[in-house]
Amino acid sequence: MVSKEVVKHMAQLCKLEFSDEELDNFTEEFSKIVEYVAQLTEIDTEGVEPTYNISQKIQPLREDVIRESLSREEVLKNAPEEQYGYFKLPSVIE
Amino acid sequence: MPYKTLIGLEIHVELATKTKMFCSCANEFGKDANTLCCPVCLGLPGALPVVNKSALEYAIRAGLAFNCNIATHSMMDRKNYFYPDLVKGFQITQSDIPLCSGGYIEVDSKNGPKKVGLIRIHIEEDTGKSIHTDRGDSLLDYNRSGVPLIEIVTRPDMNTKEEAQDFLEKLKSTLQYIEVSDCKMEEGSLRCDINLNVIDEERGLKTNITEIKNLNSFSAVGKAIEYEEKRHIALLEEGKNTTRETRRWNEVENKTVVMRTKEVAADYRYNTEPDIAPIVIEESWIEEIRRNLPELPHHKKARFIREYGIPEYDAGVLTQSKDLSFFFEETVKFAKDPKQVSNWIMGDVLYRLNEEGIDIKDLRFSPKDLADLLELINEGKISNNIGKKVLKDMFETGKKPEDIVKGKGLVQISDEGELKGIVNKVLDENQKSVMDYKNGKDKALGFIIGQVMKATKGKANPQLVNKLVLEALKEK
Repeated sequence: MVSKEVVKHMAQLCKLEFSDEELDNFTEEFSKIVEYVAQLTEIDTEGVEPTYNISQKIQPLREDVIRESLSREEVLKNAPEEQYGYFKLPSVIE
Repeated sequence: MPYKTLIGLEIHVELATKTKMFCSCANEFGKDANTLCCPVCLGLPGALPVVNKSALEYAIRAGLAFNCNIATHSMMDRKNYFYPDLVKGFQITQSDIPLCSGGYIEVDSKNGPKKVGLIRIHIEEDTGKSIHTDRGDSLLDYNRSGVPLIEIVTRPDMNTKEEAQDFLEKLKSTLQYIEVSDCKMEEGSLRCDINLNVIDEERGLKTNITEIKNLNSFSAVGKAIEYEEKRHIALLEEGKNTTRETRRWNEVENKTVVMRTKEVAADYRYNTEPDIAPIVIEESWIEEIRRNLPELPHHKKARFIREYGIPEYDAGVLTQSKDLSFFFEETVKFAKDPKQVSNWIMGDVLYRLNEEGIDIKDLRFSPKDLADLLELINEGKISNNIGKKVLKDMFETGKKPEDIVKGKGLVQISDEGELKGIVNKVLDENQKSVMDYKNGKDKALGFIIGQVMKATKGKANPQLVNKLVLEALKEK
């Protein structure tokens, strides 16, 4: 069972705001999802190595060779505002 | 004293690879803002990270140098949080299975050598850099975003600031020797956080752990430890405890100030990075890296003591940096007396390097030149003092010592006949001093010798002048 407080906390971590109605809905839905996944705990995993990644591949490695970066103009295209070639944001410190 | 301080360190080191951790942008400090970025390190949708082989190799090299176990199977994880310098909303790091675990670094303590244990060394990506303006804006540069880092976490095995500082010195010199990082604290390529608490062994009490950030030099680390130690003890004595919190070192006011409390455990919701497959490292690769490790500073120190018969202190100073140790060994190849070479390097050479803020690599003269200078002194061609002046000239002009000595006419006067003439002339001109000496004023002797040295512009052989003046005075 997922509590309303947990949902609120998750929303906070994701920087999301929910109405009371949404909170109730999510609490119910999250509980169902967790309950469904919880079936896995019934499986006996004694002696089974933990699976961290379902990919059977091995990570290919890249040689350490420099390639051209984007131009500064391209980089700053997504900046809401720019100054002196930097992304400009409202202050993040108090 | 019933108090015992426990200190653990967390050190972030930027790896000196050519490119970033997951993309081919150049890993370079000091470039114009936002000129070393691509879709991967800007976190643009659809961009996929590909692991830099050199970054792995450098991290393994560090792990081997610090006696760690290297994981043949490891993986990358996402650490989720929001901050403007973190483009993707998560940092790619390692949580459950770090690349290196265990290991230790041996430090000097009051009771002799002591092993400081390492918990782990893991690889991760650096964040961008923010500048906060006076007008209340934050300016973001993402050139550093995605630069490969290793995070080294120690056990709380250090008990004094001296041990912590020695640990950092050893860590830094080793990482520089194995060419994993330049470890420049002023450029942020080595960053260190402290975790500290104090135990009252008599009463069985302990304070909560404080984390201290924003340390920009090893001396700041020492000062912050000292400050925190006192603060924790003072609270214990009042029957209070510290708050679990992160504090920031304020260099101007020489104290730590609260940054944030840790009442709620950080909730980073680590999850496996789905865009990077498991990292598998062949044993043969690890062995190859191990074979290619250069001689490490502590091994070199022991060898210098053994091979050159120099004191432990000298060997320690000379092996602090790879370049310095190289300069010493090269000079010794051409010189007769390793201790003399050590004295000159630790003395005048290091003094001038520090004074002028230059690196030994940028010296204008070669090890052979220094050896030649020492030979001129040992042959009696110039005095020790003139030698120091010649060295100064070598620093400034890069000229050969013989050329400086010839060019400036600095060759020592060791001709007895010539010096006798000068001594007699000085005595004639300083009758009063001669009388003073005869009347038992020893100071007069120093004055007379000084006058002879002055008359020869410091070129007279000092031992010979001493002897000749004494002889001449006897005859008076």
